[in-house]
This record gives sequence, C-alpha cells and structure tokens, in this order.
Amino acid sequence: MMDESRRGFIGKAFGAVAAVGGVASLIAMKKTWDPLPSVMSAGFTTVDVSGLEANKLEIVVWRGKPIFILKYSADMAPTDGRSVKVGENYYSVMVGLCTHLGCIPAYRCDKQDFKCACHGGEFSADGVQTFGPPPKPLEIPPYKIDGTTLVLGEEGPEYKAMMAKAGGV
Amino acid sequence: MKELKILAVLAVLVGITYYGIEPYAHHEMHPPVAPADFTYNGKQEVALYTKTMDEKLVAATENVAVQTAELAKATDAKAKEAITKKLEKAKSEVATLPETAKAEAQRRTDFWKTANHTAALEGNVTNGKVLVDANCIACHGIDAAGMPMAISNADAAASYGVVPPDLSSAATIYDAKYLAAFIASPVDAMHIQEKYSPESGKTFPMPSYNWMQPQEIADVVAYLKSLSVKKLEGKEAHKATFEAACGRCHSMQYAKFESTTPADALKTYMGTTPPDLSQYIKSRGEHYLHDFINDPQALLAGTAMPRVGLTEVAQHDVIAYMEEIGDPKKDERISLGIYTLAFTLVFAILGYLWKRKIWSEVH
Amino acid sequence: MAEFKQADSMYEWFDQRLGIDKFLKVMMTEYWIPKNINFLWAMGVLLTVMFTILLVSGLFLLMYYKPDINMAFDSVNYTIMQEVAYGWLFRHIHAVGASVVFLIIYIHMFTGIYYGSYKKGREMIWISGMLLFVLFSAEGFSGYMLPWGQMSYWAAYVITEIFGGIPLIGGDLVVWIRGNFYVSDSTLTRFFMLHVLLIPLAILGTIVLHFYALRFPHVNNLDGEFFDYDAEAKKYLDGKKVESKVVPFWPVFLSKDFFVLGFFLLFFFYLTFFHFNFAMDPVNFDKADGLKTPAHIYPEWYFLWSYEVLRGFFFEIAGISGKSLGLIAFAVAQAVFFLMPWLDRSPMVKPANQRPYFKYWFWFLMVDLIVLTIYGKLPPTGTNAWVGFASSITFLSLFIALPFITKAEGKKVGGK
Repeated sequence: MMDESRRGFIGKAFGAVAAVGGVASLIAMKKTWDPLPSVMSAGFTTVDVSGLEANKLEIVVWRGKPIFILKYSADMAPTDGRSVKVGENYYSVMVGLCTHLGCIPAYRCDKQDFKCACHGGEFSADGVQTFGPPPKPLEIPPYKIDGTTLVLGEEGPEYKAMMAKAGGV
Repeated sequence: MKELKILAVLAVLVGITYYGIEPYAHHEMHPPVAPADFTYNGKQEVALYTKTMDEKLVAATENVAVQTAELAKATDAKAKEAITKKLEKAKSEVATLPETAKAEAQRRTDFWKTANHTAALEGNVTNGKVLVDANCIACHGIDAAGMPMAISNADAAASYGVVPPDLSSAATIYDAKYLAAFIASPVDAMHIQEKYSPESGKTFPMPSYNWMQPQEIADVVAYLKSLSVKKLEGKEAHKATFEAACGRCHSMQYAKFESTTPADALKTYMGTTPPDLSQYIKSRGEHYLHDFINDPQALLAGTAMPRVGLTEVAQHDVIAYMEEIGDPKKDERISLGIYTLAFTLVFAILGYLWKRKIWSEVH
Repeated sequence: MAEFKQADSMYEWFDQRLGIDKFLKVMMTEYWIPKNINFLWAMGVLLTVMFTILLVSGLFLLMYYKPDINMAFDSVNYTIMQEVAYGWLFRHIHAVGASVVFLIIYIHMFTGIYYGSYKKGREMIWISGMLLFVLFSAEGFSGYMLPWGQMSYWAAYVITEIFGGIPLIGGDLVVWIRGNFYVSDSTLTRFFMLHVLLIPLAILGTIVLHFYALRFPHVNNLDGEFFDYDAEAKKYLDGKKVESKVVPFWPVFLSKDFFVLGFFLLFFFYLTFFHFNFAMDPVNFDKADGLKTPAHIYPEWYFLWSYEVLRGFFFEIAGISGKSLGLIAFAVAQAVFFLMPWLDRSPMVKPANQRPYFKYWFWFLMVDLIVLTIYGKLPPTGTNAWVGFASSITFLSLFIALPFITKAEGKKVGGK
C-alpha cells in the first residue's frame, strides 16, 4: 500500500517537473518570436516642416510606416485635437495607413481629402474617416515639436495634451 | 456514361470560377483603353484631353453645389469666409473651364497638324547640318558624325537634369512626325503639358525651336536621317534600341545595364526613381507595354514618364529586348512543354489500358 | 528472441528482419477498398502525388533561394528563373502545383460532403482531412511571401493585420507575429522557417493520421452502403473477384488512380508550361515596396471565399464594427467545416442527390462559394460590396440552417 501511493506520488512529481520544463521552454520560444530590442527601440525620425508646400502631401518613413505630413493652405481650417501647430502654420501629422486594413491612402489635393484604393475608405484632410470601412481616424504618431522640426517617436507635451483631449472625449 | 457526366459538372463549376476570378476580374480591374496609336496626328490625345476636361467640369459643378450647401449650414464667420473662398474658386472654375479647354484642344490639334505638314516636306541635308551644328551639338553628342558628348554623363545630368540623348539614331527610332513635333515643342510632343504647365514654374531642359521655319525643321530631320548608323540585326538591334530609347532613365539590372543618368539626379529630375525594367515584361505584360510606351499619359494620367515617340518597329524592338532579358527561358519552356505533354499523354493512355486490363478481372 | 535461420535470398533476409511480406499485405495487396466508386475517389492519391511533387520541387528551390529582403526577389526571379538549369521549371511546378493542389483539395472535400463520407464512424477521417486543409492553407500563405514581390508583401500585410482585430491583444499580436511593426526581414525569415520545415512536418504527420483514420471505418462508396469487409475480402481471396464488393488497394484500386493521375498530369503540365499567370500573379513580379500599395490587393484564389466572408461585413451592425463582425464571420468560416459531422443530423449516408433536403443545401452552398470566390477578387465597391455582404450572410445562414434541415430530413426518411 505504502509503495503504491509512493510510486503514485513520485510519478506525479515527475510529471509536474516535466510540465514545468515544458512551460518554461514555451516561454523561451514565445520570447524568441518577440521583436528584437533593436527593432523596438529603432528610429526617431526628424523632419523639418518649415519648408513644406501647403496642400501638398509630404510622406516620411518612421518605423517602416509612412507618415503623412500635410501643411494646411489658407483655406483649410485646423481641427482642434488633430491639427499640429508648428510655428505659425497648422499641419496634419498622421500614420499614412488606412485604419481598415493598412493600405496607404492617396491625397487628392483638389478635393483636399484622402482616398484608400483598397476598399474605398475616405478621410478628410485632418484624417477623420468620412466614408467606407475605416473604423477610426488615421492614427497620430507620437511626436515632439522642436523649433520647426518634428521628432517622430518621442512624446512631446503637445502630443500628450492632444492625446489627453482625445482620451477625454 | 455517369463518370463523364460528373466530370462535365466539375468542369462547369471550375470553369465558371476561373472565368470569374481571371478574365472577368481582370477586365473589371483594368478596363480596356485606347490602343497604341502610331499615326502621331494628335487626334487620340485631343480626344483624351477633352474627355478629362469634361470630367473636371462635372466635378467642379458638383463642388459648387456642395460648397453652396456647406455655406448655408456654416454658422461662425471664420468658417463662412473659408467656404466662400472655396465657392468663389469653384464658380470661377466652372465659368472659365469650357473656354480654356476648347482653346487648348484647338492648339494641340493645330500643333500636330503643323508637325505632320513639316514631316512631309523634303529636307535639305546640307542646310540641316548647318542648323544642327549651330543649335544642337552644344548639348547633344552625335557619335555617328564623329561628335561624341564633350562631358561625362554625371556632369551632363548635373547641368541639364538628365543626360541629353546622342542623336545618332534619333531618326531611326523616333517617328519623323514626332521628331518634327519634338523640335518645335518638346513638352507638347511628349504629352507632359501638365507637368510643365506655366503654374508649375518648371521648364523643360530643351527649349522649343518653334522659331524655326517648318522647312528648317524638315532640314534638321533630313540631316539626322542621313547619318549612317551601323545596321544591327535581331537581339543586337533590340538591345541598342532599348538603350537609346529607354536607357537614359531606366536601368535593366538583369542585363547589368544602368541608366546613363545617375539615379539620384533622376530622382530630382523625374520626382521619382524610374523603375528597373528587368521584370516588366512579366509584371506588365506585352500588351500593356505596347499601349503604355506609345502614350503613357493615356494609361496612367500624371505619370512622370513622357511619350517617347518610337516608331512601331523601334517599340517592337524595345519590347523584344525586355522579353529577352525578363523571360529568357520562354523558348525552352515552350519546347519542353510540348515534349512533356506528349510524354504525359503516352503515360495517361497506357495508364488507361492497364486499368482496363486489371479491372476486367473484377467487373 | 526468435531463432533466425540462414536466409536463402536477399528478400528473405530483409523479410526476416522487417516483415516485408506481412507489411505489403497490410498496406497494399490486402488493404480493401470498395469497388463501387468513381474517379472522384482518386483525389486522395492525386493529392499524395501533388504533395510529393511540391516537396521535391521545393527542395531544389531551397538550394538557391535566399530568405533575406534584399536578396529574396532576385534569388527567385534572376538566379532561379534565369541562371539555374531548369530552375524556372521547378518554380513553375511549385507555384502552379500550390494552386492546383487546392483545386484537388476542394474537389476531395466536396466529394466527401456530397457522399456523406464524414458520418457514422468516419468523423476522424473528416477532421484529420480538415486539419490538412488548414495546414495546407498555412503552407500556401507562408510560401506566397517568399518571392518578396508586391503581392507577397501586401497580401501578408493585409492578412496579418486581420489578427489586429482580436480584442485587447490584437495590436501586440500583430507585431509579435511579424517580429516588427511592419512586414519586414524578421517576418520573411520566420515565415521561411514555417514554410520549409515546421508546416511540412506537421503536414506529413497529419497525412499519416489521415490514412490511418481510414483503416477502421473503411472508405465510403457511391451508395453509402455498409457491408462486412471481412466476408467480402474472403470472397475476393477465394477467387470470386466479380461478386466481391471490394478490391485490393494494389494493384486494382491504384491502377484506376494512376489512369486518373495520367489525365490530371496532362492538365497540370499544360498549366505549368503554358497557362501559369493565374498562379504567378504579374503584380508579384514587382519587388515588394512597403510604401506603395498596389491598386488591387487580393489573396490567391483558394483563399478568396473566406476573404470575402471577412470583408463582406463592411458596416456597423448593432454597435459592433464591420471589422469585428468580419473577423468573427471569418473565424466561423474557418472552423465550421470541421463541425460537418455534427451539424449534419440526418442518419442517412447517401449521395446528396438521394437525400430529399440535403441536395438543395449542397448545391446552394456550391453556388454561394463560387459567388464568394468571384466577388472576393473584384474590387469591393458599389453593388460588389452588397453582393459580398449577401453571400457572406448566406454562407453563415446555410450552416445555421443545416442541423434543422438535416433533422427534418432524418424524420422524413425515418432513420434510413
């Protein structure tokens, strides 16, 4: 009897230790799939926005994503909580990927809006979805204003204020 | 027989699906366009221009309605002012567009009429040489006349934006009517009026020689025609035509050929890096290339690529070269394909006979 | 240990050690297949052959392919297609084979549904088969990324983005799958690993399971008839080959399969040499560019029906966004075929045309799948979007209705 239960206990303990080892290796495997630290920390893109032409879309790359920078012309009204003021001018600074399935919308300067060629989504110049499948406005990347340059990837006070406002709504 | 009926049902289902996802879907995604036109009489271009302007007018008219509605809705003064500005702009567009469009269409028609007329004139080679020496060789080399480019490609690209072409083969690969049109006004001949519009502030590196008399232009063309270029055949001709017609902007990596204009200079000049053409025969296909090279704007409005004005023969050479580099195993594929199908047919027939023999025992 | 006597021949030497005689009997000459079948029963062997062809052609592609975003495109389109002797042949075979294998899988699958071959003890055959379908899908998807063309890139982008719709973990999950914020070198190398080793291993294992699952319930036949295999086998062995309802796997069953295979290969090689654009999309001969979306993005044809179910829901319903609804419908579409044995509640094992209600359901499903496939490729604008929505709803409704339809059918036929 003693022997029986003892063997049962040792068997279970053996199984438990093996299971712990299995879970530990699964964790290691999951971590191996994680993006590398260099990838995670990569890239603070700096753009000087002072020389941009109004109503003409400028695209820069940040962490492999296209970033739209659109300087407003005189007839374009800034949107509170979405338009970025650098110096005297207003800009839209947005991740240029459709919030539906990640295609790059094209800017139509005559209509002053964005149109996604994949599934027909449309966005206004400040990046708010106006038609089609996109579920939310174009994302605003973290930025810091430094004189006339934008540093993408760093969270400046203007960005934080903007996010707080967006969160409050 | 029942199995054949099942096979027929299967074939119908697969056939419908195939038709839907291939021929039909491609037709829907790429509606047919006007075919390549080697007449260089401007008719197709003017028709396209008129159509585009009509579309713009419709859009502008709609915009007026939209802005009027917006204005009625707007409440605060600042917004009203912004909308009024837009409305005014849209209204003036609606008012002026038809007149401008009509005038421009007429101008283009006349331009091509003149070019056709010029090309029909008998040119004087001696006088042509005098004119070319005085007007062209400051920028262009003419290898065939013993006058190569005086400066390197990199320097030429730095001064002009793009390397000016050597004129030796100009009269062989470019259509005579196109050449006459080009000398008179490069931007109009190349169908890139939009890119070099007065509002753009850009000027094309080569000036218009519209001050020349049609007879003088005909003399220049006659002289270029008189240049004795070495007659090439087959693949050599394809390669030479490609390099002369496309090679200043496009590379062909799989042929180890790099554009004569350096890539960074090109990016500034064209606004985008012209694509490497190694696999274009596969990605675009012969049919598309045939229409596209003939008049890029007709298929891809706003593209940086100009109309190059190749003769039908020269264009055929270019596409043949793209196939030789992009799909060099085509002949091997076809011949091996036929052998393989013949072999498989024998295999299938023997398989059938064997099956019949084996199953005769169990049926 | 048994005494080994001196072997008289090489065959005997091996037979003593490996039991070849017995093995061949079990696997080939005394593995019994019903006689009452048609050419649709050859699809299993066709698939085995196709998998072998894909494996072998893949080996040769692997010799020159470079899984690196800077080299992948040219290693395929220049080195393999232009320099390596017959490299182009192996690539064409691999690409066209990957497409055609799905055609045969679908025929195999719908043959199973038509003849009710997933019922009454055959559930594990069906489930292991569906598992193979999922594994082949993963294999096809991961392989499509490797040439690193525009369609490779953007199809991978759009499909991995789908996981972003999962609540809470979605965003992180997408980055985790890709190994980066976007489809990049790390994505390519991990998909390469999946494509050339992990998934093929899993497929091989599952094929063994699928074949093994056939042994106890036996292969179905044209009329869904159940009979005593041992008795029929005995008849056959006793020489009453014509009366017996079974035939041995080798040579009788396979001779029919090889005949079907011959004509199938004729079709396959025609596609490989002369009509390959459907499997090698022209757009994919442009090198991948993450900053330039192609005008139309679509997956390979065999994913179109489920892709259309995904994007068929393009507007909000009852406060749930179109994206979430599409994702739910997509997940259901992936899983629902696994449940066929339990959704079909009629006890009848008969071809669909002999089942009073099921036949309508079957053909309705076929039409709906074809509509989904075609509209999955067309641009989702105007009426196309609504056709997509209607056919997606129809697809889901068909499976919701199936238990009720088959239950009613069971009542009508009275348990036959």
